[in-house]
Amino acid sequence: MGLVDFFKKLEPDKKKRPLLHTLYDGFFTFLFVPNHRAGQASHVHDHVDLKRTMIMVVLALVPLYLFGMYNVGHQHYLALGQYSDPTEAVGAKLLYGALRVLPMYIVAMVVGLGIEFYFASKKGHAIEEGYLVTGALIPLIMPPTVPLWILAVAVALAVIFGKEAFGGTGMNVVNIALLARVIVFFAYPQTISGDAVWVAGVDGYSGATPLALATQGWDQVTQKFSTEQMWWGLIPGSVGETCKPLILLGALFLLLTRIASWRIMLGGLLGLVFMGLLFNAWGATAFMRVPWYYHLYMGSFLFAIAFMATDPVTAASTNRGKWIYGFLVGLFGLLIRVFNPAYPEGWMLAILLMNVFAPLIDYTVLQANMKKRLKRA
Amino acid sequence: MTLTPVFGLIFPTLSYIILGLLALMSLLYVLSFLMRKRPPVKKDLKDVIVLKKGYDIPIKGAPAGDVQDVKVTRFAIQPKNFRYIFPIPKLTVAVGDQVQAGDVLFFDRDRPDIKFVSPVSGTVEEILRGAKRSISEVVIRADETQHYRALDVVPETAERARLVAFLAEAGVWPMINQRPYDVIPDFDKVPRDIFISTFDTAPLAPDGAKLVEGREAAFQKGLDILARLTSGSVHLGLDGRKDIHPAFANAKGVKKHYFSGFHPAGNVGIHIHHIAPIRGGEDVVWTLGVQEVITIGTLFTEGKFDATRIVAIGGNREASPRYVRTFQGAHIGELLGYSPAHDVRVISGDVLTGERKTEDEFLNYFDDQISVIDEGDYYEMFGWLLPSRKVPTVSYTYKEGLFPSGKPMDIDANTHGEKRAFVMTGEYERMLPMDLFPQHLMKAILVADYERMEALGIHELSEEDIALCEFACTSKQPLQQILRQGLSEMMSE
Repeated sequence: MGLVDFFKKLEPDKKKRPLLHTLYDGFFTFLFVPNHRAGQASHVHDHVDLKRTMIMVVLALVPLYLFGMYNVGHQHYLALGQYSDPTEAVGAKLLYGALRVLPMYIVAMVVGLGIEFYFASKKGHAIEEGYLVTGALIPLIMPPTVPLWILAVAVALAVIFGKEAFGGTGMNVVNIALLARVIVFFAYPQTISGDAVWVAGVDGYSGATPLALATQGWDQVTQKFSTEQMWWGLIPGSVGETCKPLILLGALFLLLTRIASWRIMLGGLLGLVFMGLLFNAWGATAFMRVPWYYHLYMGSFLFAIAFMATDPVTAASTNRGKWIYGFLVGLFGLLIRVFNPAYPEGWMLAILLMNVFAPLIDYTVLQANMKKRLKRA
Repeated sequence: MTLTPVFGLIFPTLSYIILGLLALMSLLYVLSFLMRKRPPVKKDLKDVIVLKKGYDIPIKGAPAGDVQDVKVTRFAIQPKNFRYIFPIPKLTVAVGDQVQAGDVLFFDRDRPDIKFVSPVSGTVEEILRGAKRSISEVVIRADETQHYRALDVVPETAERARLVAFLAEAGVWPMINQRPYDVIPDFDKVPRDIFISTFDTAPLAPDGAKLVEGREAAFQKGLDILARLTSGSVHLGLDGRKDIHPAFANAKGVKKHYFSGFHPAGNVGIHIHHIAPIRGGEDVVWTLGVQEVITIGTLFTEGKFDATRIVAIGGNREASPRYVRTFQGAHIGELLGYSPAHDVRVISGDVLTGERKTEDEFLNYFDDQISVIDEGDYYEMFGWLLPSRKVPTVSYTYKEGLFPSGKPMDIDANTHGEKRAFVMTGEYERMLPMDLFPQHLMKAILVADYERMEALGIHELSEEDIALCEFACTSKQPLQQILRQGLSEMMSE
């Protein structure tokens, strides 16, 4: 093949310029699936590889990016009192949103990939594809006003200490995108919580998300936002978490391709419903009295359970374990949401908590199997 | 919640499109689940163990037709086909010696009673050496007509020790496989059961009926002898998907078990797991192939060592997929009858567990098929992204994986991606119909956690059982290699 030979001529020496070689290798394998053949059994392999799996997740996120950019623009103009009809000035809103969101994506990718390439070249192996998804998820879970330098610092710390320190793709204990968000949350809390951060480009504007309003009760929410608005996503919030139908579309796509586990998603839903019903029965605070099904409309539950909790590396790996893991994510997330006075969103912390406990959940499931086998012996 | 779209003039279309896509995606998801393939079960058959996990890789070029005779002049016995024997066995023949079928060629210096014998009568042509002076092949040039070594056949009713000594001297002992670890059996360890699978579900494998046709008496005699060697029973794994040969269905003195399912439902390891699972490193069971049982039986029915083998030749690069009759260890080039092109891969055995061979090499000891497939030396531009031409896949990211057509396809030896860390979960469990956690077992082997390996059931597995998981692995991990590494370490513990 002419193109392949052309590229092969450009290959830098692996020993003399390792970083350049890793960059070349990453680019080359992006363009071409290499001609590696099996040396010994098994001689045949499935056509799917990790690149394809990862790109499917990225594809599922693309509609969220498009809507997210539009929504950032829409909320911006809404705050300025202009173009309040959603169909007005779509182009201008998209452009504004793109100018806020794309730099975030570029920063997340450049910083993250740069660090990954460096570590890969140091270890002497090819760059692995896990970061394609992490880098695509990070801007979607940040508020549109997050300063880029903070984003860069958070991504760098998350990738180095959350992933590379453990051995790279497939070895991390916690979800890297959530780790980046948690770093921003604990190190620079004003940039990610409160009412002033959810609408871009309007200083001092207090754009409370429906979730923040819900702490005072559901009627506080419906005074400002209609359920249709919350369903379709024309509300302030993180870049990618608002449009429920598009999240469902992405989730269904991941379910169809069996990349995400339906057990985790369904378990999470059941956990949320269980906790929600419990709170409704208890009814001590206004937040607890919010009907359980409305919790699906607000905040980032659907996004978190579809894209973050289902990360195969950090979630439980046994089928029964996935049910328990998903259920506990739903349970703890709602618990943190309703009880936490400082920040009414629990999924980030709940998923990180369950990531740490996932090996233990698997261990208990495996124990049953191992005990059965040892009893036979 | 009402579904009235909130958008104005342009957006109703968009919101209906999104809702339409949601409906379509849900429909596809549900359909792909409802239309999944289920294993066939022969009508009116009761007590069939149906195994839902696994996958039959559909490859073009399945062997067909009547068994043909083929002229092969050279045969070889390869010491490396036997696990854990010394690479330089003690030879009892030299180049130029005349041997008869069943004459001793070599033995392992640690166990001199177990003889490895010649499959044919003829002249010892070559003794090929491999690395570090190891013996790689003992090559015999066969006579036109076969002469057989005179054997002092022990009566069937003799005590176990005499039978065992006779089988070892006659050269059939290495045909018996002992699990766990897949080793040549110890004389004094009496197996608690013997398992024989009468159907092979590996891709392009020969049909069991063809293997036993015309040799039914020898097969039954082999079963009778084996029954005398175990403290328990001889278990036959039978094909529950379709009609089977009467020699299997009417076999006497054995326990019959019907299985239906996709590969690896025909693997003897799967049968053992569902009938009487291996309980640990000290448990002893034996497994044999149908043709090996026939060879043992022939010792008693005809008093001679007959290493006739029916071999299936197939694959998408094989011009005439067929069955041939030959002897063990046949020369591959002569079996094929042509010189394979450079972009063709010839495999002794099946594509999942076999060994790559050149046309100058020989069929492996236990193999009864040759697979001829594409080499796959090509670069695929954006191969991981674009919908590719039809290839066998179990991944739901391809139409073929979502809605399998079942049509035979081309296949090649391209790995379709590079080796990565374990990322996806649940892949291996889909391909292995055993109550086992293969991914955790692999991880336990890689960190050499012996207690965990044992508790997770490493003793129940052999490479052929995990081979389909290796096919399905997104991260292209060498699972069979890892398993063997684990088994070797457990053995030395």
